[in-house]
Amino acid sequence: MQNPYLPYPVRIDDITVEAEDKSLKTFKFVFLNEGDEDQFAYRAGQFAELSIPGKGEIPIGIASSPVEKGFVKFTVNRAGVVTTHLHNMRAGDRMGLRGPLGNCYPWDLLEGKNILIVGGGFAFTTLRSSIVYMLDPANRSRFGNIDVVYGARSPGMLLYKDELVEWEKRDDINMHITVDGTDDPDWKYNIGFVPPITEQKAPSGGADTYAIVCGPPIMIKFTQPVLEKLGYDHDHIIMSLENRMKCGFGMCGRCGIGKELVCKDGPVFTLNQINRTPREY
Amino acid sequence: MTLLTIDKQNWTQGLAAAADHYRLFGPVKEKDQHRFKALEKGQLPDLDLVNTRLSPKDLVFPQSEIMLTYSLDESREDHHIMKEAHTDHAPRAVVGMRPCDARAIQLVKLNFDTPDVKDPYWLKAYEATTFIGMACDTPLSTCFCTSAGCGPYNAEGLDILMMDRGGTYLAKIFTEKGKAFADTAGWNQATPEAAEAFVAAKEAAEAKMVSTISTDNLADTDLLDLHGAPFWDDIAFACLNCGTCTFTCPTCWCFDIQDEVQGKSGVRMKNWDSCMFPIFTVHTTGHNPRDTKTQRVRQRFMHKLKYFVDKYQTGIMCVGCGRCVRQCPVNIDIRRVCELMNSFKPADACVAQG
Repeated sequence: MQNPYLPYPVRIDDITVEAEDKSLKTFKFVFLNEGDEDQFAYRAGQFAELSIPGKGEIPIGIASSPVEKGFVKFTVNRAGVVTTHLHNMRAGDRMGLRGPLGNCYPWDLLEGKNILIVGGGFAFTTLRSSIVYMLDPANRSRFGNIDVVYGARSPGMLLYKDELVEWEKRDDINMHITVDGTDDPDWKYNIGFVPPITEQKAPSGGADTYAIVCGPPIMIKFTQPVLEKLGYDHDHIIMSLENRMKCGFGMCGRCGIGKELVCKDGPVFTLNQINRTPREY
Repeated sequence: MTLLTIDKQNWTQGLAAAADHYRLFGPVKEKDQHRFKALEKGQLPDLDLVNTRLSPKDLVFPQSEIMLTYSLDESREDHHIMKEAHTDHAPRAVVGMRPCDARAIQLVKLNFDTPDVKDPYWLKAYEATTFIGMACDTPLSTCFCTSAGCGPYNAEGLDILMMDRGGTYLAKIFTEKGKAFADTAGWNQATPEAAEAFVAAKEAAEAKMVSTISTDNLADTDLLDLHGAPFWDDIAFACLNCGTCTFTCPTCWCFDIQDEVQGKSGVRMKNWDSCMFPIFTVHTTGHNPRDTKTQRVRQRFMHKLKYFVDKYQTGIMCVGCGRCVRQCPVNIDIRRVCELMNSFKPADACVAQG
């Protein structure tokens, strides 16, 4: 019987400071044991438990993409005991990785469709996984137009800045980057919250278009009516929820919303599904 | 199924013989309460009780259990590598559990033994255990097992069910595990003519049950309508969020995972937790999806009486043992809550809201 509580041993290979206030760092992990990486076969939108012996575990969305081999990446916000300890760790340190966990974005359904991605703050992390997956030369032709609305509080809080620049240059993805505000006179992108920028820039909804939304609760709340106004059906609005989790596979009972368990039945739900559950997230 | 008669004179020596092959657990009196404990050599389970204060769920789901171990000593080659803790899975038997508690373990099994993921700690402990039940002839006024999918002679989840006939126990053996235990104990006196004794005793015990609940409308009532029903504040008014209901409930299974370190040695543990506790769902950001007492009380009853019903279609997540009714310090009664939920009509909410 495989023990689902037992993490794979991993080593921190590299750490990138993402945000100017250093609250967000991206950790690149490599597996210590041969074969574990193949076992850890994930899809974009899934999450995993980062496991620090002596400190505990935290569920974090996977930032790397299944098309990137040899490592797994996570972008972590320094917020509590485990994440603060992780932020103080160095390349070469050992820890654990448990997963992959949860469902993923419904890639079979999304194939052949236009995709609108709406992300805010560091929740953009699993959306990076999806974007890299869709832009991969082997996959790009399987999707229609790709539009991305991504917002952060300020330019310094944007994640994956080098990649954003690369994606801006491409003509097979439409990037709509925005910040809540900035003093930078050279800022050349949008200024404003994600929902109004979505209303201005996003394509209209329709049978061939799906929206994937991931961000803080307040952003999700105000993006939802905008997408409805743009003509997105509730089955075509796909959201990734967060809830407090422990086990990550539906046994500990913590992340229940109605009869759904965010860790096992989610974290990805359509708005239609969410409308049938109590608002306890 | 085999029927055996166990002469009470053979009871003690049978258990002594079984104790050579099984670790035995049973109800033991401590002060004025009974609880399930590992029996000392020669110690007999005290079967002179109605039910224990705590259920025997901790035999397969301990209150605190070490799952993984690790070393933080960087001079060791295996430092920071987690390993499965050694757990004793030698054969064991629990003697004298009530049918309600046995059914409860079957309901909890739906959570820990799923087609996708299996909890090895729960499942190995479950598989190592032989469940020997004692039918219940003296239900309390708070017992309502017959209307909670169970009954005082219910055999679900039991390997052996015994009934007390004065000088003898009559035992039904249902499984290979049960037969192996009876063989080890030397209980092999077959009595096919006594089957009707079980039927008569069952009917007599059920007739003594004074408390019932209705659950027939729960499945058909809309989940969101029930969630938005007007009675939750009233039900939750007196609740202290003490968690007694969840810890005494044989069907509550929520748990927490915590690390503990002494020096350079660490363990990762699974500990009972409770949806009654405010920090159960609080996020690191401070956001709490179930911030109020009413939300937490509603979660417990909705989980037991609606979410579980919808998810598994095996009835309510309650076996009618009555522990939460007896032990709630402010007399919150699941029977009343069930009545309110079961008789709720969404139109009531419209009327209540004016």
